[in-house]
Amino acid sequence: MVKKKKKVIKINIDKCNGCRRCEMICSASHSSPKYSVINPARSRIRVVRRELDNIFVPVISSGYTNAECAGRNVYAKNSAGGLNESQWEAVADKNAYEKWDAAAKKGAYEQSDTKYGECTFCGVSCPSRDIFKEPDSGLPLKCDMCEDQEEPLCVQWCMVNALTCEESEEEVEEEAKLGDMKIGLKSLVDKYGLQKLVDAVARMSKRG
Amino acid sequence: MRCSEAGYNLEIDLSRGNVERVESDPKLTELYLGGLGTAAKILWDRVPPEVEPFSPDNLLIFDTGLLVGTPAPTATRAVIAAISPETDLMGFSMMGGFWATELKHAGYDRIIIRGKSSEWVYLWINNGKVEIRDASHLLGKSTYETMELIQEELKEPKAEVACIGLAGENRVYMASIEAGRGSAARLGLGAIMGDKKLKAIAVRGTKDIYIDRPAEFLGLCDEVNKYVEHRMRNPIKGIEPPWFGLLGPWPMNWPDESWHFNNFAWGNARHRRKGFWTKEYAAHFILTLTRRIKRMSSCYNCPLECGALVEMPGSRTIPMKCSMKMIWTWGAMIEDIDWNLDIAGRALEYGVDAYGMPQTIAFAIELYEAGILTDKDLEGMPSDAKERFSWLLDRIVRREGIGDILANGIYSAARQIGNGAEAYEHNTIRKHLQIGIKLGKVDPIYFLWFSTDEKTCIPQIEGQVPQAPIFNKEHQEEFIKDWIQIPTGKEERFKQFVLEGGEPHAKAPYWPPIDLASELCDWSEMIRYIDNTTGICSGVSGFHYKPPYHIHNFPLFISYATGMDVDEDGLWLIAKRVRNLVRAFNIRRGLTIEDERPPEDHWKKRFPEYEAQLLEGYFEYKGWDKQGIPTKASLYELGLDYVYEDFVKRGILKEE
Repeated sequence: MVKKKKKVIKINIDKCNGCRRCEMICSASHSSPKYSVINPARSRIRVVRRELDNIFVPVISSGYTNAECAGRNVYAKNSAGGLNESQWEAVADKNAYEKWDAAAKKGAYEQSDTKYGECTFCGVSCPSRDIFKEPDSGLPLKCDMCEDQEEPLCVQWCMVNALTCEESEEEVEEEAKLGDMKIGLKSLVDKYGLQKLVDAVARMSKRG
Repeated sequence: MRCSEAGYNLEIDLSRGNVERVESDPKLTELYLGGLGTAAKILWDRVPPEVEPFSPDNLLIFDTGLLVGTPAPTATRAVIAAISPETDLMGFSMMGGFWATELKHAGYDRIIIRGKSSEWVYLWINNGKVEIRDASHLLGKSTYETMELIQEELKEPKAEVACIGLAGENRVYMASIEAGRGSAARLGLGAIMGDKKLKAIAVRGTKDIYIDRPAEFLGLCDEVNKYVEHRMRNPIKGIEPPWFGLLGPWPMNWPDESWHFNNFAWGNARHRRKGFWTKEYAAHFILTLTRRIKRMSSCYNCPLECGALVEMPGSRTIPMKCSMKMIWTWGAMIEDIDWNLDIAGRALEYGVDAYGMPQTIAFAIELYEAGILTDKDLEGMPSDAKERFSWLLDRIVRREGIGDILANGIYSAARQIGNGAEAYEHNTIRKHLQIGIKLGKVDPIYFLWFSTDEKTCIPQIEGQVPQAPIFNKEHQEEFIKDWIQIPTGKEERFKQFVLEGGEPHAKAPYWPPIDLASELCDWSEMIRYIDNTTGICSGVSGFHYKPPYHIHNFPLFISYATGMDVDEDGLWLIAKRVRNLVRAFNIRRGLTIEDERPPEDHWKKRFPEYEAQLLEGYFEYKGWDKQGIPTKASLYELGLDYVYEDFVKRGILKEE
């Protein structure tokens, strides 16, 4: 274990007004050349925006998994109101999906309706759905906290402060960090198997 | 590759059930940008003056602004245009929200709808896939039920839905098109959608939008974001709140509405209640709003919050905006804001214009009190004032009994009812109900706005210029110090205008003088035309004094986004071209200056001769003749030769 500085995006869902500019600017900043392509479908943050139910929840892509989770979470809005702030902070903590899930279950969201089924509030890029994948390639999208910026751009553009960035020193396990290409390759290996991928690359390289 | 626009139109023929994706001509973008500009051009080319509003040949166009979908803050707006059933002229209405952006991401800049369906249908546009689907099960459903049912049926909660309610289905002339956060409410476009038996248009888009010079473009967007923050923290001093001190059109939770309550004419635009706004009433107003507003909300990519989600006990959550929080109060002379929110919500579910409907009902009540409408005409009407207002709303959207006549708009209804009812129809221009504001002395700028605004709605033209003088000298100096928005070459004159505000000579109706009034009005109007062609919200542009968008950065936004090279003069010319084309379309349909005359009682003190001089001076400045018709020279200057030729052919202009 080593001490490391870690940035966390805090989400305050009471402040979110659903403008989706976080999605817009995220997609723009990850395009090449930078800001040349706008497409919220390529964004690493998505606002679950159900205006007529007063549901405005930014969800940040938390990473890729090669297997579906065991149970789908079905949420319905409790008429008493939404989750409290500390419960929602768990949503933003990308390493604590279980924590958020548990918080949501015992919190103000209860299982009684299918309206918010299908993993609505989950941030994982997984085989069971299309969200947080590049629309063209199907490769997973993961929030990189805009490493080249002082603060993530979604935070900079959120002028109502529903998204804020906090830096804290935490003990984290050291692990080799995978680059974009490695993450992509890993997901292709998971999907098609290593041998098929190697064969495909070999074929492609022959054709030039 | 086209930048900032999709480059395709969606052509829908509802009579034949035909759908076509047609590449648009980049030349048209250069000449008319998009939104109102391209919609006006399409209407001019394809809808000859013989076409009636309810003819299958009337087009209903949903046109996104050129910058919609780009990172330009608040570039969210669609212009919806058709011949209005109420005015029989070009009716256009703008809506914000999320719908226009979704359409552009689906790969289309605009939808052009012609013909009439034989059965009720809705459109489902999912990127390249477009379906005309059965809507019989949606008939009679409220606007919000329709949105939800469509999203559920398509299993696509992200689909953005623009739809009509009962009012549109029944071709009520005040019917709106609702899209959640956005509403296109004025001029009866919902009735045209209903006439075409089109209940809704659902859109989902996941395609890319490209920016030509991305780094430069983002720089401009950052400046706008920063300026918005600066402006919000530093409201303009010396200006009446909530008028133009803050950005965003009229935030729903703004506590001080004294100006509107004290100055607007209540009922059927009759009663100005000076001193109405008391401390006690202010408390009732803001406490009610605070209790009922569950959240402030924004349109796509907007840093401000002017809308709100309102929840009444036992009712659903309803997105409201602007004057909806109080306008029913004025119309009904019922001061209970809870009641206002309740009926405003029901009106949105029916899909009606919140400006036109309360006044129309107030008009009916006046006719009843005057004995022109009798108990027989209003059989079953409750005696309680609140219930009576709701009852009339229900009759109008259903076209039941007297509602069938009132649903044709106040101008037609007065003539249908007869028996002296015409005298009570005292607040329309071009047959369209104006906001209820009846003031003392003619103010030249207001006079010109009312008399020449082709949108026919003063909140859609006013702005830029401080309408009431800033009296405090320090505030004046501060105001002009960083007034960067003024067009090049006008700086001295416009600043001087502010500095002379409140001085003894600066009095209505002769101040500002005709030439200065013309320049100021022209400026405010041109910025609105730029807003309406680019899709930028006027809440951060044309409506405001000192907004983040102005004539100096608009050309850069357009150039960097599209790759075209537009400068200040070039953009001004485009705005002028669009403005003249809209006017030409209406003149071809028979618009005369008689139709544009503000009602006699619009001001207490009138100056008929001076008003005529004022109008003539403004027309001259605009390049129009004494009848308000663009001259050959000005049409040629704008590249509208084809309009001149058409005018000569029809005998509107003599060949020169």
